[in-house]
Amino acid sequence: MKLTPGAVAEAGSTKINKTGSWRNFKPIFISEKCTKCGICSMYCPEFVIILNENCARTDYDYCKGCGICAEECPKGAIKLILEEK
Amino acid sequence: MQKKEKTKKVIRGSDSVAEAVRVCKPKVIASYPITPQTIIVERLAEMVANGEIEGEFINVESEHSALSVLIGASAVGARTYTATTSQGLALMHEVLFNASGMRLPIVMTAVNRALSAPLNIWNDYQDSVAQKDTGWIQLYAEDSQEVADLTIQAYKIAENKKVLLPVMVCMDAFILTHTYEPVEIFDQELVSAFLPPFKPDVVLDPKNPKTFGAYADPNFYTEFRYMQQMAMENAIKEIKKVAMEFKETFGRYYGDLIDTYPLENAEFEDSEVILITMGSLVGTIKDTIDELREDGIKVGLLKIRALRPFPKEEIYSALKNINKIAVLEKDVSIGLNEGTLFTEIKSALYGESKNITGFILGLGGRDIPKDTIKDIVSLVQRAKDLKEDKETHWIDLRRELL
Repeated sequence: MKLTPGAVAEAGSTKINKTGSWRNFKPIFISEKCTKCGICSMYCPEFVIILNENCARTDYDYCKGCGICAEECPKGAIKLILEEK
Repeated sequence: MQKKEKTKKVIRGSDSVAEAVRVCKPKVIASYPITPQTIIVERLAEMVANGEIEGEFINVESEHSALSVLIGASAVGARTYTATTSQGLALMHEVLFNASGMRLPIVMTAVNRALSAPLNIWNDYQDSVAQKDTGWIQLYAEDSQEVADLTIQAYKIAENKKVLLPVMVCMDAFILTHTYEPVEIFDQELVSAFLPPFKPDVVLDPKNPKTFGAYADPNFYTEFRYMQQMAMENAIKEIKKVAMEFKETFGRYYGDLIDTYPLENAEFEDSEVILITMGSLVGTIKDTIDELREDGIKVGLLKIRALRPFPKEEIYSALKNINKIAVLEKDVSIGLNEGTLFTEIKSALYGESKNITGFILGLGGRDIPKDTIKDIVSLVQRAKDLKEDKETHWIDLRRELL
């Protein structure tokens, strides 16, 4: 590999860097409480929360565990648990 | 190339910069007005409004945004321009690193003005000298013609594929920006032949997406910094080449990275004292040298045109046979009690036993009359052959106020 002046890289390179590994707290989505209102998805700074048929869920490859979703959820449907590695 | 008939106009330094920018055909100009740079951008805004420049003038809310806009525009492949001064340049600080790190050939006019506090709008070099480590090429102009000519040369240097670095063309606040001087107006055909359109190899394009200035972890960061240093070394050759090509096309030459006075090399070499400076003070010093030489005092001048890349080798060989050197400058590294140019000249002459003295003067626009220069010359003449008691002198300091 040779470096390009100005650090020009092919698009999509951020996908290779799985930032989920930075996480200390993992959000757990409780489907019984979730109303699929989508507030968590709107507040997610990484845009990795999507709504499936039953419940909101996140992409753990890129979720950094900031906890904003859990803070914003009006139903208490997202819990943060300490992730031990 | 055939030389066309020359047209001269008596205009302000700021007008001469705007004229030079116009003939370089920038596609995007983004700037925030600030005294004393305002005239430059007002003229450019008029030129865009009148259709004399076929490009966009983007109004921004700050200098930080101005340069950020140009980073995007330059990555798309547009030739770009901005101008600022003092506090505005300071506000750009972090973006300056992004522009050079992304290797974007943006050209900026940095009008040299003192920094607050205390508030002062007049000329000194603290603003641009404080940005010497940002990876930008820095060129300093002596008069209105040179600043215009340097602007055109700047694009050619910056856009060279072996360089690809942004350039700051520095000019003195008021002394150059607001002073009327006869300036030769450019012929568009000649300029277009001298400066071909900007065509970068890689551009931002939604059809072929790329990431510019990507993330580089500790495995790669050092190599990117080293590549910037290599580009600066290429710039040394390119600045010399472009100065010669400019001379062939337009018939004007001001030296390349440095210049010497008297023009006769034998006279320069024979000087008892050499004064080193940059910017408009060069003109005052040249006049003083003429007067002193009439009185039989052998004084010469080394003019620094490029502060970055810093021409260490060129300075070393120019001063080979000189023993008494005075560095005159309008900036100070507080806490070191040396002007930056003084520090760097000493580093260029490391190991040589020469008598080098630093003079801090003209801060915040204080006038530098010829008599002050003469006083400096006689001070250096009287200095003992090797070590002087004090390395740095604050000239014309009003001790009665302290």
